Amino acid sequence: MTKMTMVEALNLAMRQEMEKDDRVVVLGEDVGVDGGVFRVTDALIKTFGEERVVDTPLAESGIIGTAIGMAVYGLRPVCEIQFSGFSYYIFHQLEAHATRLRHRSQGRFHVPLVVRAPYGGGVRALEHHSESREAYYAHTPGVKMVIPSGPRNARALLVSAIRDPDPVVFFEPKALYRAFREEVPDEEETLPLGQPRIAREGEDVTIIAYGAMMALVMEAAEELQEKHGIAAEVIDLLTISPLEDDMIADSVKKTGRAVVVHEAPRSFGPGAEIVSRIIEKSFYYLEAPVKRITGYDIVYPLSAREKYYMPDAGKIIRAVQETLKA
Amino acid sequence: MPRSEIELPYRVEYLSILDEKGHVDTALEPDIPDVLLLKLHKEMLAGRRFDERMLNLQRQERIGTFPPIKGQEASQLGAVANLKASDWMVPAFREALAEFWRGKPKENFILFYGGYEEGGAVEEGRNDLPVSIPVGSQMLHAVGIGMAIKYRRQPDVVMTFFGDGATSEGDFHEALNFAGVFQSPVVFICQNNQWAISVPRSKQTHAKTIAQKALAHGLPGIQVDGNDILAVYAATREAVERARSGGGPTLIESFTYRLSLHTTADDPKKYRSEEEVKEWAKKDPIPRFQTYLKNKGLLSDEEIGQLETEIAEEVQGVVDRAEKRMQEEVDPLGMFDHTFAELPPSLIQQRQEMEHELSLMQEEASHD
Repeated sequence: MTKMTMVEALNLAMRQEMEKDDRVVVLGEDVGVDGGVFRVTDALIKTFGEERVVDTPLAESGIIGTAIGMAVYGLRPVCEIQFSGFSYYIFHQLEAHATRLRHRSQGRFHVPLVVRAPYGGGVRALEHHSESREAYYAHTPGVKMVIPSGPRNARALLVSAIRDPDPVVFFEPKALYRAFREEVPDEEETLPLGQPRIAREGEDVTIIAYGAMMALVMEAAEELQEKHGIAAEVIDLLTISPLEDDMIADSVKKTGRAVVVHEAPRSFGPGAEIVSRIIEKSFYYLEAPVKRITGYDIVYPLSAREKYYMPDAGKIIRAVQETLKA
Repeated sequence: MPRSEIELPYRVEYLSILDEKGHVDTALEPDIPDVLLLKLHKEMLAGRRFDERMLNLQRQERIGTFPPIKGQEASQLGAVANLKASDWMVPAFREALAEFWRGKPKENFILFYGGYEEGGAVEEGRNDLPVSIPVGSQMLHAVGIGMAIKYRRQPDVVMTFFGDGATSEGDFHEALNFAGVFQSPVVFICQNNQWAISVPRSKQTHAKTIAQKALAHGLPGIQVDGNDILAVYAATREAVERARSGGGPTLIESFTYRLSLHTTADDPKKYRSEEEVKEWAKKDPIPRFQTYLKNKGLLSDEEIGQLETEIAEEVQGVVDRAEKRMQEEVDPLGMFDHTFAELPPSLIQQRQEMEHELSLMQEEASHD
């Protein structure tokens, strides 16, 4: 066990997979000599050389397009897109090919690639550096969409993503990159994709969140317990798509109330799907309308205004209280 | 069925007029009025000092991350000085000095990188698009503006800027191709500053030059010494005249160097040597231009000293004004402005929700 930041834990995941499996290669802008702009691929090039840790030309579509070719040939490319806000250039290659080659070739080919990209706000960044648009990928059939919430699960999920036989988009909450440390086991650890976890047990209300929002939600849950005597059950999705909803349904059947939290824009966001699933599987157990605390349907604001855009513990607490009043 | 050579009527020129010691090739020296030469000098110097001050502000956390321009002053001004006000400019994100030349208030730069959308406002009458951060994405817009200019039979031209890294993006090739096919009146200025964050030009493309990429698309391409304002000016003037007279687009590779950081979030020591930076510092565009102006009897050391004082005061004034505005200007609800021409009902509702949140926040703050 070593106490690690999420950056270090992700680095460990790639390092160990590369040691074990020579099919694993890392591609991206500045991932080699520079070690990535957030240092997630730090020093990998020293150990594995520039054949396996590839500083590519500045071309996101090129990175994913060539990674598809590598994956079809039998490699396991792990691609870094510097910020998720620049990932739209990859969308065509991902949607048109990575997610479809298995089906189009009727099983002859498959595309085991991972696209890693930091996402999310709260770091006083420039335009395109703070967005949370996981819904685009979650809405795309044939790709899995994963978002960890802490160093330990980030490491375990990235290992699973690399080993997954199909394409995975792996969004890393950049606000949590160095926010806290966690014990991460030295030996191998994986977590199955498509499985949420109960981060906190409670009987009064179910809060569903993921990624960087988890830190806020846990803070809110503590305060709800201490100051208001409300026991919130918190579900951390970890995988956005495919969404596993039994755990959510079971929890809502117990609590009768739910609040969904994400920093992504509200309309057609992940919350919309989560609420639909709640309605489908636990409608008759609901005691109150389900609430969403989300970003607004606008261009993500620059740093002077972003704190007003982002969900915070106060908003979450008030939403829970309203839900309980109903 | 021969195997023969196809004659291509192309070549790539390299143009340098003023060397790093300030020696000028009089045969190539462009005819630039003295007033313009002095204005260019003043703006180059002002740009350098402003950039230094911004780095300072950023290090004190008075503004956020920004991309410094140090070393690329000639590359920007030599090009943009050829535009008329009615022409268009489509920048990437390292063209602050070109934007100032076109009339963008310097305080808006501070506002923008201080985190205020207001700093991105484009004043009425200035035909420039705002900065474009996703690398390589803006050149196509310039080509389209050029196509619209042609459609409207206007005499204007478009200038677009981008870096060496951008030439790896597919959009760059699409832009050159469209410009060629439709003979759009565009001047492509590639500020090849040798580094795309940590990736050197040599790893960006296997080609010897970026200029030659024009050839495949059927347009003229030229490489110029980007730290030589006379060469940048002369080559751009030719390209602007060609575009204006219906001769179509040109690609100019301005061979320069990023003396500073990619952005203030970057640490170049990780990937490039101090020696390399020192070698390029010797090619600084400003001292050589000063030598040239002194040799022409247009400028003295004393006048440079006076200019420095003037510029320092000007920069201070800009910083003061910007910081004052930043203290005044935080209406959080402003984030809903300019989403659409008219806010749809669902967004009006979200805006009201936020208003409510703000009042609750205020209440909580007053209890604390």
